[in-house]
Amino acid sequence: MQIDLRTVAIKPVRNTFDHIARRFGDKPASRYQEGTYDLQQDFKFHYRPTWEPELETFDERRTAIKMKDWYALKDPRQYYYGAWTIARSRQQDAAESSFEMIEDRGLADTVPADLRQTALDVLLPLRHAEWGGNMGNSYIAGYGYGAAITQPCLYHAMDHLAVAQYLTRMGIELGGVDALDAAKTAWMEAPMWQPLRRHVENLFVVKDWFEIFVAQNLVLEGLAYPLFFDHLDAHFAANGGTVISMMNRFAAEWAGESAKWVDAQIKVAAAESAENKAQLSAWARQYRTLTLEALKPLAERAFGDNADEVLNEVVSQFNTRCTKLGLAVQE
Amino acid sequence: MDMQVKKKKLGLKEKYAHMTRGLDWQPSYQTKEAVFPYATYEGIKVHDWDKWEDPFRLTMDAYWKYQAEKERKLYAVLDAFAQNNGHLGLTDARYLNAVKLFLTGISPLEYMAHRGFATAGRNFPGVGPRVACLMQAVDEIRHSQTQIHAISNYNKYYNGFHDFKHMLERVWYLSVPKSFFDDAFSAGPFEWMVAIGFSFEYVLTNLLFVPFMSGAAYNGDMATVTFGFSAQSDEARHMTLGLECIKFMLEQDPDNVPIVQKWIDKWAWRGVRVLSLVSMMMDYMLPKRVMSWKEAWEIYFEQNGGALFNDLARYGIKMPECLSRASIDKEHASHQTWSILYQYGGAAAFHTFMPSDEEMDWLSAKYPNTFDKYYRERFTYWREQEQKGNRFYNNTLPMLCQVCQVPMAVTEPDNMLQISYRESDYKGEKYHTCSDGCKQIFDDEPEKYIQAWLPVHQIYMGNCFPEGTDPTVEGFDPLAKVLEWYHLVPGKDNMDYNGSEDQKNFNAWRGLATKND
Amino acid sequence: MSKVFIALQTNEDSRPIVEAILADNPLAEADYQPAMVKVSAEDTLVIKRETIEELIGRDYDLQEIQVNMITMSGYLDEDEDEFRLSWKN
Repeated sequence: MQIDLRTVAIKPVRNTFDHIARRFGDKPASRYQEGTYDLQQDFKFHYRPTWEPELETFDERRTAIKMKDWYALKDPRQYYYGAWTIARSRQQDAAESSFEMIEDRGLADTVPADLRQTALDVLLPLRHAEWGGNMGNSYIAGYGYGAAITQPCLYHAMDHLAVAQYLTRMGIELGGVDALDAAKTAWMEAPMWQPLRRHVENLFVVKDWFEIFVAQNLVLEGLAYPLFFDHLDAHFAANGGTVISMMNRFAAEWAGESAKWVDAQIKVAAAESAENKAQLSAWARQYRTLTLEALKPLAERAFGDNADEVLNEVVSQFNTRCTKLGLAVQE
Repeated sequence: MDMQVKKKKLGLKEKYAHMTRGLDWQPSYQTKEAVFPYATYEGIKVHDWDKWEDPFRLTMDAYWKYQAEKERKLYAVLDAFAQNNGHLGLTDARYLNAVKLFLTGISPLEYMAHRGFATAGRNFPGVGPRVACLMQAVDEIRHSQTQIHAISNYNKYYNGFHDFKHMLERVWYLSVPKSFFDDAFSAGPFEWMVAIGFSFEYVLTNLLFVPFMSGAAYNGDMATVTFGFSAQSDEARHMTLGLECIKFMLEQDPDNVPIVQKWIDKWAWRGVRVLSLVSMMMDYMLPKRVMSWKEAWEIYFEQNGGALFNDLARYGIKMPECLSRASIDKEHASHQTWSILYQYGGAAAFHTFMPSDEEMDWLSAKYPNTFDKYYRERFTYWREQEQKGNRFYNNTLPMLCQVCQVPMAVTEPDNMLQISYRESDYKGEKYHTCSDGCKQIFDDEPEKYIQAWLPVHQIYMGNCFPEGTDPTVEGFDPLAKVLEWYHLVPGKDNMDYNGSEDQKNFNAWRGLATKND
Repeated sequence: MSKVFIALQTNEDSRPIVEAILADNPLAEADYQPAMVKVSAEDTLVIKRETIEELIGRDYDLQEIQVNMITMSGYLDEDEDEFRLSWKN
């Protein structure tokens, strides 16, 4: 008689690693849990950083936000590397087939001239701001505290790089390689872009990583994405520019998904203590003002006379969102 | 209607340049120094970041496409392995002690590499290296997680895997790899690249991964082979980045050459010391052996490393001097390291054991100059003692090198009767190192190395007991308390493999699987 | 003279790549080990897209090599048509 190995039932000695069991009990754990919790070292670093000798290698004091357990900041999407990269490759496949169709059939040439110009003027230079989003999030991934938040911030940084690259492809489709140079010149010199560039550069020198998280991931993305990838996108779609929407499909989908993750972080951190809530609210208010100043000239270019109306709607949605997260953002 | 002229597709190099280089700009509302504060303090001079070459030129879409394919393949194998009790296909459960060493000593450091490359990916003022570093940063968390996920199945059935991160931060020999990464992380971005990007990834990674993975393949460990080879496919990108970084620094300014040389010397030696743990794994821990440590050193270091340093000679870079000692040590490293771990096996996080006669014959054949002459007799004696029920455990604690933290039990290259140690004076204190290589490192940055958290010193200072321990009570057993603090259960997680729970379980389970009642 | 090499996982994807390397680099040698094949040559090793495409009868993107590559040595220069490893001295 032949015995098939699979029929042998062997009782496991334990179900998961002890540090996971200490949190969730000794039961089978998910790949997200085993690949995330307590992964960052937090005990006895041998040497102080030569670049910041007053702090430890990983140090909770690099932000004003305080958490009893940094692993409370979990990712609702439960992204470990495999889950993240497979999810993104699916979105990438879809985006790629859109681009292929547009390229093969020359669909970019069907976009009405005024919409094309708006996309080149308003969306294309944003690729530089997206690169800024990459820098902010890679800073958090490096200097933040606890694998639960630093891990998705690195994924977020790479996602920003991808959005910048999709915007670049859109620019090449709509205006050829020369359009990239023109957009860069606009980013560097055009008065319309200077407030946003100044804002993005100012974020490069912020030291508190959670402040960057709020300024970039909650506020800048929370205001700019609805403005450009909801309102402006709807305007394109309604006026014969669906091709532009197709090329920005990745960014639009991704913004919706990642906002849920950002919300979960803010909500948990704000609920932790009154001090956290006050600090997060103050940052949200401060950066809301700065971000709106930076976005205003772009909204005017994109929406003309309707700019104020659109911005008001975006801000009001943003305020509702923040209030739901437990922040006090009303003036 | 006009005929549409199909736009010419951009070439790889051109596409990559637009997608990456084109994104960056020179800040003007903030100074470059404020945006990239750590770019200059190490003394490396860079005149033109655009001279950086990106060999792989991966954009995110291609990155996701290929990485997702790798991940799907990998997890399919891991699932099948778990579903089919793949662990029973191992040559012997004794093999798993090598995997324990890997999970406690390497996987958490892949995580450190992830954080380190994230900071490097933020800190370089050039966009080319930033993007390459960030891709490596995500790859490194991949490695950490795929290793944990692959080994997770073994943890369900065998001891010693159970609290790997806790152990890394406490158990004495694990401070060897831990301090290596702590050292690199606490350095600036350029030294980090030489330490991890170049010395570790380029010069030494083949010595770590290829033997480990071949060992896994030889011993029926499909899970480890799969994550290992899958990780290595990223490694090729990482090696290229490390080499490019070195070349870039050397080409930017002649003043960089001595700084880079100093770092190469330092990190090559530090790497060699970490690899002594790999040497014993290869020669002693694999039931079915692939090649000896000495052979691996000759192929992957002396030949490949030789080719590399021949090439770097045009910049004035020399092969680190300390490596000539390593080529003498290759005859001894595995035997001496294993004998340390065997003696102190009561405080290790895995099982140790003496080789059988047949295994000793293999060692004699592979090490004709040293094994019979220096080690066979001692190992035979220890085995006889064990068989008489007198398994030798050394209950004192060895002094550790202030730099590499390897116990000072390694002999002088030219005198097998003399333990090798060096001494430095700093601010009225004496510090001990194990070799000229480590002494040089210490003397160059004493302020850094006097901070080292040496596990053995810490035990003697009473810092390694569970909270509330009173060492003054009668019959106090310090070792028992240290093990409790390590989260190790004596006899279950450590000591000899013969008679261990792992051994009993594996034999019983395999009996179930291969025999009828 | 120094050797360059590339090591690939042994599987169906890498079989035509190895075949293409051996066809395009007469001095290259393949060393078949369990689960891995290592191809080495003096100084230079070139992998050509066109040769692989002829062998597999479909379009091939050289970046696909990364899925099955284990390690390599030498400087890499890659474009759409060639993946070239070499030492410069």
